[in-house]
Amino acid sequence: MSFTPDIRLFSCHYTSQQSCADEGKELSELGFPANIKMTRVVCTGKLEEVTLLKAFEDGADAVYVVGCPGDGCHNVKGSLRAAKRVQAGREALAELDVEPERAKMYHLPRGLHPEFVDAGREMNERIIKMGPSPF
Amino acid sequence: MIIAERKPLAEIIEMVQDCKKILVLACRGCVTVCSAGGEREAEILASLIRLGLKKAGKKAEVFDTSLVRQCDREYIDAIDQFKGKYDAIVSTACGVGVNFIANLRPDDNVFPALNTTFFGGSAEQGVWSEQCAGCGDCVLHLTGGLCPVARCAKSLMNGPCGGSVDGRCEIHPDVDCVWQMIYDRMGRLDRQQEMAQSAPIRDWSTAGHGGPRKQVREDLTV
Repeated sequence: MSFTPDIRLFSCHYTSQQSCADEGKELSELGFPANIKMTRVVCTGKLEEVTLLKAFEDGADAVYVVGCPGDGCHNVKGSLRAAKRVQAGREALAELDVEPERAKMYHLPRGLHPEFVDAGREMNERIIKMGPSPF
Repeated sequence: MIIAERKPLAEIIEMVQDCKKILVLACRGCVTVCSAGGEREAEILASLIRLGLKKAGKKAEVFDTSLVRQCDREYIDAIDQFKGKYDAIVSTACGVGVNFIANLRPDDNVFPALNTTFFGGSAEQGVWSEQCAGCGDCVLHLTGGLCPVARCAKSLMNGPCGGSVDGRCEIHPDVDCVWQMIYDRMGRLDRQQEMAQSAPIRDWSTAGHGGPRKQVREDLTV
């Protein structure tokens, strides 16, 4: 059964700033899935594990975070901290007998690169295959 | 401080599966410092309980709040502001906090969210190790400040067991042999000769082997 997943993206301000140019028009033209709701954060290191969990409570089928490369974070260790929190979220999902792959961390370079769009497509395709959230 | 860690989620969710209103109660004492049961962890746990119960098809309201400490009557009294809003408390305090709520609120259901593990310290971020066993008869003045009761796998009182290799414990090879550490440290302090004296047979009644311990300070009671 095909469905349109509700996917929440929390993205680093720097990683996504060019992706948001012209109100995301370019991003849309490049094929970024329209069902992904992006929230830009000053630094992914600012994200708390509970923010990811509350997205699931709010009806998300999947949550992912895009932050700077591990060795090139604008705030030194922000994206590494984010990756730890995403991992904690994945482990909590596993404890609840839910696929951990519904939460994922990506480390991508700044600016509008094909990888940013690819990550969105990858998440979208994975969750379509997986089906709706069991919550 | 007291070190603790969250119980497996399945265990916690089973405890509250029939509850309709759940209060996840954080403690701002030791368990906040060791990131096991402070406000942040209680907020996460409340969210996970909501998700877990929802997945199981159960409806429940789960909210979270915190007390300064859960090991003092004056702070436990603050729970009363939530009276009627919950039918179970999930405490993210150590076992002392859970016991205190059970002692002082005889009609409230209280469940432990944590396993209380040991008295320890954190020499580096995210890592805690046991340093004290709370045995009630401290010998640190004889051992250069390093505790053989808590830090020797066999709690030996008169030197190493003979099984340590290259200064590492034979039970836990990633742990330094505390008797090796004591010997080296006493040498640096020019006190190694003190180690030739045998420690007397120990009375373990102070370590809880004689039942629950209690301390009364007449100068503080009113």
